[in-house]
Amino acid sequence: MPWTTVQVEKLENFLFKDNSESDRVISYKDAIFETIDESLARDSSVFVFGEGVDDPGGVFGTTKGLHEKYGRERVFDTPISENSLTGIAAGAAMAGLKPIFVHSRMDFLLLSLDQLVNHASKWSYMFGGKVKVPLVIRTVSARGWGSGAQHSQCIQGMLMNVPGLKIAVPATPYDAKGLLVSSIMDNNPVLFVEHRWLYKTMGNVPESLYSIPFGKGVIRRTGSDITIVAVSYMVIEALKAAEKLQAENISAEVIDLRTIKPIDEDIIFESLAKTGKLLITDTGCKSGGAASEISALVCEKAFHLLKKPIIRVCCADVPTPASDVLEKAYYPDSEKIYTQVINLLKS
Amino acid sequence: MLENEKLIGLYKTMQTIRKVERKIEEEYKYDEMKTPIHLSIGQEAIAAGVCLHLRKDDYIFGTHRSHAQYIAKGGDLKKMIAEMYLRKTGCSLGRGGSMHLIDPEVGILGSTAIVGGNIPLGTGTALASKLQNNDKVTVIFFGDGAVDEGTFHESLNFALLKKLPVIYICENNHWAINSHQSQRHSGESIYRWADGYGIPSYQIDGNDVLKVSEYAENAVSRCRNGEGPTFIECITYRWKGHIGTVNDVGIGFRPQSEYDYWISKDPIKWYADYLKATGVLNDKMDESIDEEIDQLIDDAFTFAKNSPKPLPEELMDFVFAD
Repeated sequence: MPWTTVQVEKLENFLFKDNSESDRVISYKDAIFETIDESLARDSSVFVFGEGVDDPGGVFGTTKGLHEKYGRERVFDTPISENSLTGIAAGAAMAGLKPIFVHSRMDFLLLSLDQLVNHASKWSYMFGGKVKVPLVIRTVSARGWGSGAQHSQCIQGMLMNVPGLKIAVPATPYDAKGLLVSSIMDNNPVLFVEHRWLYKTMGNVPESLYSIPFGKGVIRRTGSDITIVAVSYMVIEALKAAEKLQAENISAEVIDLRTIKPIDEDIIFESLAKTGKLLITDTGCKSGGAASEISALVCEKAFHLLKKPIIRVCCADVPTPASDVLEKAYYPDSEKIYTQVINLLKS
Repeated sequence: MLENEKLIGLYKTMQTIRKVERKIEEEYKYDEMKTPIHLSIGQEAIAAGVCLHLRKDDYIFGTHRSHAQYIAKGGDLKKMIAEMYLRKTGCSLGRGGSMHLIDPEVGILGSTAIVGGNIPLGTGTALASKLQNNDKVTVIFFGDGAVDEGTFHESLNFALLKKLPVIYICENNHWAINSHQSQRHSGESIYRWADGYGIPSYQIDGNDVLKVSEYAENAVSRCRNGEGPTFIECITYRWKGHIGTVNDVGIGFRPQSEYDYWISKDPIKWYADYLKATGVLNDKMDESIDEEIDQLIDDAFTFAKNSPKPLPEELMDFVFAD
């Protein structure tokens, strides 16, 4: 069993009850698999490629067996050439196709920044909108089990600095499907950020295809004492923290942004108008990341709503350590969110 | 052997490229073209010889030094010059500048100012041709500097693996800015690198437009027949310095003797002499071609200079496609 699976198998099955018309409950992983399957069936311009998409594991099950159903022309393994493969995907997109390029670790995305940042994301602007680049880059981040500094990074915050790139960070099975559909339909490069620790998460997912608009967050739990804005997997940790805070009679509102580029500013400001206090939690490093950008936005546009300083609960600004003891110190979790909220409210 | 009409067509294309670039050089001092320019004077035969065999719907990708390819592929000259002047009517609506030329109507999907950056993009349109089951060909133009980049090696491996309809044209002018090829490569033959990947690869005189045309024609036909990629290294020389209108000969960069040798191998002069010696071109025709091109250039510069500039409130347009 791969090490990432060992860790994930130990996790409990977190269940989301989204506002879905469907009673069907499936996992985050199956929601992604199903979306790719249905998209390949529906649109002949969609194709999926990346290291391991047609191996027996099929990128943790998200592409498993699809090469048998749609052929290796549309579902294929690649040379380990992340940068050029990103450019090749961008070129194919310019010629009218809808590529989905998969990185089984987000760390590998760093090898492709020239083609992603210098080319794909700039092409529309640089040429006055004459060419579209409808490209989806799927990345999977892992956490724990000694993954270490080069197999666990969540660099979505760094990439918020790239004009022309959209970034989706789905936390529930319903959102994984709806946002992946939107990403495939979008005429721009989209970074689709998945988290390995969300793969077992269960939730309501309709069988048919549906889309969720970019820049539209959702309130996962309503509250009145503090607003917790969470990104990707941290939505689950935030909800766990909110549950514990409730026992202390502290009512936390949890906002899942769903996309961090664009950001739903209004949902944050409306919540702050109620609570006046803000904690932001992200899977990436603290400095210069998603939490920094969100706190800057709030300071710039909604400073008058703040009654207390903003708190950021993120990874420490160090490379990920392998030691389980150091990992615990490094990663943000519900305990840290809980403690920080208690401290803030006491101050 | 090409028929006379095509032989003359090649000549017109080369002359248009040369005259447009000479005009840009002449006008540049007035500081109205506020964008870096990279002239390819001396290298005209390559773009002309290759693009002669391309259809309107075939794709090309160029570099920062792309005026020649844009013109040879049939890009709109008025829009190109307007882009030099960074006008709203420019091919990239004033957002790109001289290094980012595009004309999707004729398959020019853009050019990049990152060395080697266009090689994967063109390999990607070739992948699209294969998946879409059409016979469109992609040509990627790049210099001897681009082969230093990983994208060159990664893309060639992939193109052969998937047998893609793509032609890699290396315009080897020996200089990457001021760094000579001998400072960057252990050998002199770039085509051997491509050959090492198993791609049919050739090194030819890039100043001989008929040679370029002959090899390009074969490569295009291989692509259309589903036989996969071809690599052609065209040996040539840029007369001007890397950027702007400067002459960098004899001031510590390039030796005078090297420059003089290549001036004596002027691809246009050689070809005009050949056409006249074989009776395809005469002085009268040459004059009328001259006048025709001058008129086109005058019209393009007039159009550009009279075009409006983008407005500040349009800054955010086009970041995202609809």
